[in-house]
Amino acid sequence: MIEEHVDVVVVGAGHAGCEAALACARLGLETVIFTMSVESIAMMPCNPHIGGSSKGHLVREIDALGGEMAKCIDRTFLQSKMLNQSKGPAVHSLRAQADKAAYSSLMRHTLEKQEHLQIRQQEVTQIVTDENNNLTGIMTISGTLWHCSAAILCTGTYLNARCIYGDVNVATGPNGTQAATFLTDSLKEHGIEMYRFKTGTPARMDGKTIDYSKMTRQDGDIPVVPFSFETDPASVQIEQMPVYLTHTNEETHKILRENLDRSPLFSGQIKGTGPRYCPSIEDKVVRFADKPSHQVFVEPQGRDTNEMYIDGMSSSMPEDVQIRMYRTVPGLENARIVKMAYAIEYDCINALQLEPTFEFKKIHGLYSGGQFNGSSGYEEAAAQGLYAGINAAMKILGRERLFIDRSEGYIGVLVDDLITKENHEPYRMMTSRAEYRLLLRQDNAELRLLEKGYRCGLVSEERYQRFLKKKQQIREEIERVKLLRIGAGAATQQCLTQLGSTRLSTSSTMAELIRRPELDYRSLSPLDPDRPDLPFDVQEEVNIEIKYEGYIIRQEKQVEQFRRMEEKKIPEDLDYDQVPSLRNEARQKLKNVRPSSIGQASRVMGVNPADVSVLMVYLKGRNRL
Amino acid sequence: MSYVSEDTIAAVATAMSPAGIGIVRISGPDAVRAADLVYRSPKGKTKLSEVPSHTIHYGTINDQDGQVIDEVLVSVMRAPRSYTAEDTVEINCHGGVLAVRRVLDTVIACSDRIPVRLAEPGEFTKRAFLNGRVDLSRAEAVMDLIEAKNDYALKNSVSQVRGSLYEKITTLRSQILYQIAHIEASLDDPEHLDYSSHIEELGESVGEWIRQIRHLIDTAEDGRLASEGIRTVIVGKPNAGKSSLLNLMLGEERAIVTDIAGTTRDVLTETINLQGITLLITDTAGIRQTDDRVEKIGVERAKESASGADLLLWIVDSSAPLDENDSQICSLLEGRPAIILLNKSDLDTVVEESNIRSLFENKEEGRSIPVLSFSAKQKTGFDELVGMLKDMFFRGKLSWNDEVVITNMRHCSLLQRSEESLKRVKESIDSRMSEDFFSIDLMDAYEALGGIIGEEIGDDLADEIFSRFCMGK
Repeated sequence: MIEEHVDVVVVGAGHAGCEAALACARLGLETVIFTMSVESIAMMPCNPHIGGSSKGHLVREIDALGGEMAKCIDRTFLQSKMLNQSKGPAVHSLRAQADKAAYSSLMRHTLEKQEHLQIRQQEVTQIVTDENNNLTGIMTISGTLWHCSAAILCTGTYLNARCIYGDVNVATGPNGTQAATFLTDSLKEHGIEMYRFKTGTPARMDGKTIDYSKMTRQDGDIPVVPFSFETDPASVQIEQMPVYLTHTNEETHKILRENLDRSPLFSGQIKGTGPRYCPSIEDKVVRFADKPSHQVFVEPQGRDTNEMYIDGMSSSMPEDVQIRMYRTVPGLENARIVKMAYAIEYDCINALQLEPTFEFKKIHGLYSGGQFNGSSGYEEAAAQGLYAGINAAMKILGRERLFIDRSEGYIGVLVDDLITKENHEPYRMMTSRAEYRLLLRQDNAELRLLEKGYRCGLVSEERYQRFLKKKQQIREEIERVKLLRIGAGAATQQCLTQLGSTRLSTSSTMAELIRRPELDYRSLSPLDPDRPDLPFDVQEEVNIEIKYEGYIIRQEKQVEQFRRMEEKKIPEDLDYDQVPSLRNEARQKLKNVRPSSIGQASRVMGVNPADVSVLMVYLKGRNRL
Repeated sequence: MSYVSEDTIAAVATAMSPAGIGIVRISGPDAVRAADLVYRSPKGKTKLSEVPSHTIHYGTINDQDGQVIDEVLVSVMRAPRSYTAEDTVEINCHGGVLAVRRVLDTVIACSDRIPVRLAEPGEFTKRAFLNGRVDLSRAEAVMDLIEAKNDYALKNSVSQVRGSLYEKITTLRSQILYQIAHIEASLDDPEHLDYSSHIEELGESVGEWIRQIRHLIDTAEDGRLASEGIRTVIVGKPNAGKSSLLNLMLGEERAIVTDIAGTTRDVLTETINLQGITLLITDTAGIRQTDDRVEKIGVERAKESASGADLLLWIVDSSAPLDENDSQICSLLEGRPAIILLNKSDLDTVVEESNIRSLFENKEEGRSIPVLSFSAKQKTGFDELVGMLKDMFFRGKLSWNDEVVITNMRHCSLLQRSEESLKRVKESIDSRMSEDFFSIDLMDAYEALGGIIGEEIGDDLADEIFSRFCMGK
């Protein structure tokens, strides 16, 4: 038997695995990343986007912590948009169309170049532990034992994957790759509870058979805003590719309705739990029967391919139904399918089994991230991979763990939701899940998290110094405009009238004027001749911080309260059976989740405020709070 | 380690029963400042924040318009030498139960200036414990207390919210949730859904919601929201004059009154206020052995109501001889406050006070229950009845469960919270903020209303988004 020695093993080289492996290797740990196929590293087997509402926030947060996703998409995008621009700054969100092949190959090359990191195309079949449930290594299909201090499972949708459409039901992973069929059993043997989830993807069409003249062309933003705070904005002002909008109609829906009995979804062949936010077209037709039409976006998948992604029409219908229903859509009358739409079922875990560090409660040294944890989406996966990678590394290096709470980042919300709430469908990030979202903006991701990335060691000294300077500029400029008095003289009144605002009756401050709905920091520059020349992002930050100060202060107060409960830690060895007066339901739920703080305990479903009081009194009574 | 409370709480610290004095306790970092907002010394010069700890001060409690609510004695106890080990102010009210409540209302009403919230069940004790004022051996007792009180409050908060109120709140909540879901779905999937064209409509809805909630608050203050008062049950044989007595008290014809025995088949409940004492009065079907099925149900219910009563009014037809049924009723009276009315004193009477008293097995009890000669028809003896009620109440012989009051006040403060949140939504709309700002306040209103009917948020929003709005991909 061959034996190898490394510090960290990463299982899977999707968006989670890549971030996890890069983080560990960059922190100097000898790392190996296993993949079923090197050609599928950082593959995007479903939609061709990175970002979108709240997901764009995650990408920015990954960047602030020293992750790779933002930099990679900045160099491989086809089109970019800032969504929700007419709304408040907290919900502005970047969304890019990716050149899938370019993204995948750039990420692969980034891994290849990385010191301390080796790539291995091989299936991992077992985890190996000692008698104290410490992970000691993993075993590959060829029987090689890789000794390691930590392993990070990022198996995505590969575990016991089955792809299904119509009567076709085959054991393949996403996009026709090979499924991984052994690891689940090994995990179950170690007492890990598995779930089975389902998701799906639409067909890909041959671009030369599509009639774009019947669709509405949609272009990207000019100028483009990069994802990464480190990307030079000039470098992303490239020629963009358009996306096309079309619609389904009554004819499409009729075909689907008439063939519902042939859908494996309705016949019960598919058993996994699918996401409600990502319904197949047949699902939409059934659940929203009153809608005569659904939007369909036809999107490019790359510069070097004419394969087009039919966004909005995922399906698991048999081939003949798929062909007929797609052809009812304007512009797709003669379109030829390159890849059939399909549903995919896969094994994942119940993430309540994880510590807040993403280490398994039952197996020390074993971590997991990404879709394996019951989430969905490339960005959610990457964020978790980075988080699990950093935490595995911190533990090996004997350093302070990375912790992000719900008031510090969408990543904090994501992690906390996964380990606290039972998810019965793949978890997708949504802006409404973040209760302090006015503070968690994409513009201030660096201000929120860069310090943490620096402390972990993934942010360079040079970047950190640049950041400190930016922070200082913001602080000083906010102070300045708050003190800057604007007199009610003729020049002021004329300027305000020109800007469509009302006149001043008495003198005011620059900050007060910025707060008027119709004005902002930039438009008021004529009234501010001594204004220093500041970078764009600093100006933006100053504007937001002043304009929405009232709302921000209110949320900060809520955060203070929230933090106090988070700081009350629950001892790891607490025996809930010894806590008197706890209702049975609450006792069961708490035993299951084993929250680390009173705050987390209060978010467990089925635990009410009185239960939390009881718990606090019990802990206090034993001097343990 | 000392447990530092974040906020200041207030509640009635004595049972809502006996006559005269009731104590409103305020505890927490802002307790003294909050008390200063409502307290006025005789010369208007004394500030509680300036007085030494553990001193008592005479004065009045005034509402925001300067109206005097009650004459009081106020004691100031600074941390850590108080029951909760926090700064504590106790207001000793003299004006009876209603005054105690109004004083508490006034303190809470000032929370826009200094935040004071209504204490949760058992919260003073919990704080006392967390601050080490209650010893370890009592820890479990405290937990039991919190759990029991919470259970009670929860059960009550649902059961006391009457059918129509429950419906109103449920309707409001579902309307609010739909709007939040619409906003959030459109923020998450802006290419499929747009909300901005609905903002004006939302502004109108919010205005309407605020009006409805205000109406609920106003009615709540009349004591109609939750049944709060002395649960009084009128018992007696068929046609003894129970409904006539009720009508007399109500001052209007409500129950069906005929000469046919057994006409009141259902249980009627009315809230009446007799010179400051609130009675929740229930008229029951006449109690007698019966084979009539409909009437039988009524009789069962009457017995049930009687067993949960704070006060029984037994009305006896003094023109008809006592029989087996009267002995049955007699047994209902044992061990609870009661008044016996010898009705129909205008007719030829065959029943005397002594006949009644001799019915009681426990002779002492039989002697202690007051008996009044009465005529519902000629309205004689009514003033004596009211006088007797007042006397019993202020001597502390009558009381009711104070948890009801707490529940009621909880409802009120939750309604107020939802009203405030909705007002903020309105302000945001008026100042042309985008919908992502006000959906946060909408959520707060939704949560507060949920507290009234005992519902947590859980996955409501996600469920609503996915079931109502077709999200893209």
